[in-house]
Amino acid sequence: MRTIALVKRVCIQMVRDKRTLALMMVAPLVILTLLHFLISSDPNTPRLGVNGAEESLIDELKEKELKVIQFDQLKSPNQLIKVKDLDGVLQMEGDQLNLTLTNDDPSKAKLLQTKVMQAISTVNAKEQATNLAHFVEDIAQQQPNAPINLNQIKMPEMSTSYIYGNSETTFFDQLSPILVGFFVFFFVFLISGIGLLRERTTGTLDRLMATPIQRKDIVFGYLIGYGLFAIIQTIIVVFYATKVLDIMLIGSLWNVILINLALALVALLLGILLSAFANSEFQMMQFIPIAIVPQVFFAGILPFEGMPDWMQIVAKFMPMYYGGNALVDVMYKGFGLNDIKNELFVLLGFALIFIVLNIVALKKYRKI
Amino acid sequence: MTSTIELIQVSKSFGKKNVLKAINIKVDAGQIFGLIGPSGSGKTTLVKIIVGMDQPSTGQVQVLNTQVPNLKLLQSIGYMAQADALYNDLTGQENLAFFASLYKLSKEVKKERIAYAANLVELTPHLSKKVLNYSGGMKRRLSLAIALIHDPQILILDEPTVGIDPELRKSIWAEIVRLKSEGKTILITTHVMDEAEKCDQLAMVRDGEIISNGSPATLKSHYNINSLEEVFLKAGGEKDENNRIS
Repeated sequence: MRTIALVKRVCIQMVRDKRTLALMMVAPLVILTLLHFLISSDPNTPRLGVNGAEESLIDELKEKELKVIQFDQLKSPNQLIKVKDLDGVLQMEGDQLNLTLTNDDPSKAKLLQTKVMQAISTVNAKEQATNLAHFVEDIAQQQPNAPINLNQIKMPEMSTSYIYGNSETTFFDQLSPILVGFFVFFFVFLISGIGLLRERTTGTLDRLMATPIQRKDIVFGYLIGYGLFAIIQTIIVVFYATKVLDIMLIGSLWNVILINLALALVALLLGILLSAFANSEFQMMQFIPIAIVPQVFFAGILPFEGMPDWMQIVAKFMPMYYGGNALVDVMYKGFGLNDIKNELFVLLGFALIFIVLNIVALKKYRKI
Repeated sequence: MTSTIELIQVSKSFGKKNVLKAINIKVDAGQIFGLIGPSGSGKTTLVKIIVGMDQPSTGQVQVLNTQVPNLKLLQSIGYMAQADALYNDLTGQENLAFFASLYKLSKEVKKERIAYAANLVELTPHLSKKVLNYSGGMKRRLSLAIALIHDPQILILDEPTVGIDPELRKSIWAEIVRLKSEGKTILITTHVMDEAEKCDQLAMVRDGEIISNGSPATLKSHYNINSLEEVFLKAGGEKDENNRIS
């Protein structure tokens, strides 16, 4: 009854505050859209300047999706790279091949280097084959009677199959489930935390304590009030990500919503809990680098197995670790509810602990 | 007469600072009891302890023969805080309705009480405005209306007339006197001496101690002075002298 009064009030306040509502509902969509186009856009083809290389090598390089620009005169590579905006220069000086890489974008430089090496080895292999053929021909001419059987080694055909995703899969497909969960987590944390903080700083929470309301009524009132908006936000974000941005979703949409709701619940409770330790909105913001940002690192963006042991232990205390894993499992790997139930239970466990802690934290305002 | 509010040897300290020192207060039913004292003397802390929002370090508080803090007891206490604690983004009506529902009033009673309380503090025409647009005095009045919303047996008002114009102050005091005639007990803190004059019983608080108490007339005759203001200064001065001696 009192909880309902509180829920009603939170809803009226939220609906009146159009800006906050917009932040909660629209901001995650904007960020997801930006990231989607940033990450999944094709990297532009590396530009390679070539000087004095053989025709065969140049042909091979052109086949490697490189933009090959030939230069007749040999200038200093550094100058050339700057003037012509190249990613690298390949020079032939006698038998020596010199590759100069710009390396302003290390991943691009690595890619270019690999492609050049591949091209060179292909050219070498071809030459080797031709040489061998000539050699065989020579021998055949010199000893016409000797039967010469040379088995041409065939390149084995290789077909690639994928357990998760396909050849078209980009980094964003693996990253986006985590991002969807993280933005739900972040915005729910921020808004519920500041919501209760405002109640603390304006003295209304103190005032509430002079009424017969119970501490748990307050926690549940906030939980349900902000929870309603968190549910709407979660549904909007998930639908937008999967239907509009067309993020890979192999498993069930409902499972995705379920995980996000669990995450939102934890974020909401964490937000109102931490607001107990902040005296102003500014201090609430200070919790973001401490309590929220580290969650991203453990959410599955960075490989968990590569972490030092102690960090693997830390990860187990991060709600986003479970949320991120479950989301990747469902959206990218297509797992079902049964495979993610452990993660869901852990998230609900977090929520339960936070509920109890919140009720205890309100003792600061009234002992009973 | 039975005492409605009783404090026995109540002390409160925050860290090393003693805010209240062995306070004994007895408020009889149907009285207007005034706590007077300068800012920082511990009045608000005392009031919060009586409501149950704060706990005394030592000592006991009983309200309506019930040990404080007690949730059920809060149903019978109307509290007006010193600082207006209102929801600025809600209208006056919504503020009243919200607090009314915390006291579990039936729908009809709730409606009736909101109309009554708003009318009393002359806010009826402004009820649909957001509190954000209220003046300081209007906010004070809304706070008072909220304290009265559930028709409490005991009213605890922490400086209720600060920032209210003289006319309205008069009407608020008329209402306080009327509430008293209904048999309600009212505990009020103030530092305005002419308000103290209207109380049945007074307790003067200074540095967390009650330096003097009794009816206004008793106090005046005790110190042989005509105005309470002088009583207050004199009582305070006496204490200073005592301090110097000890």
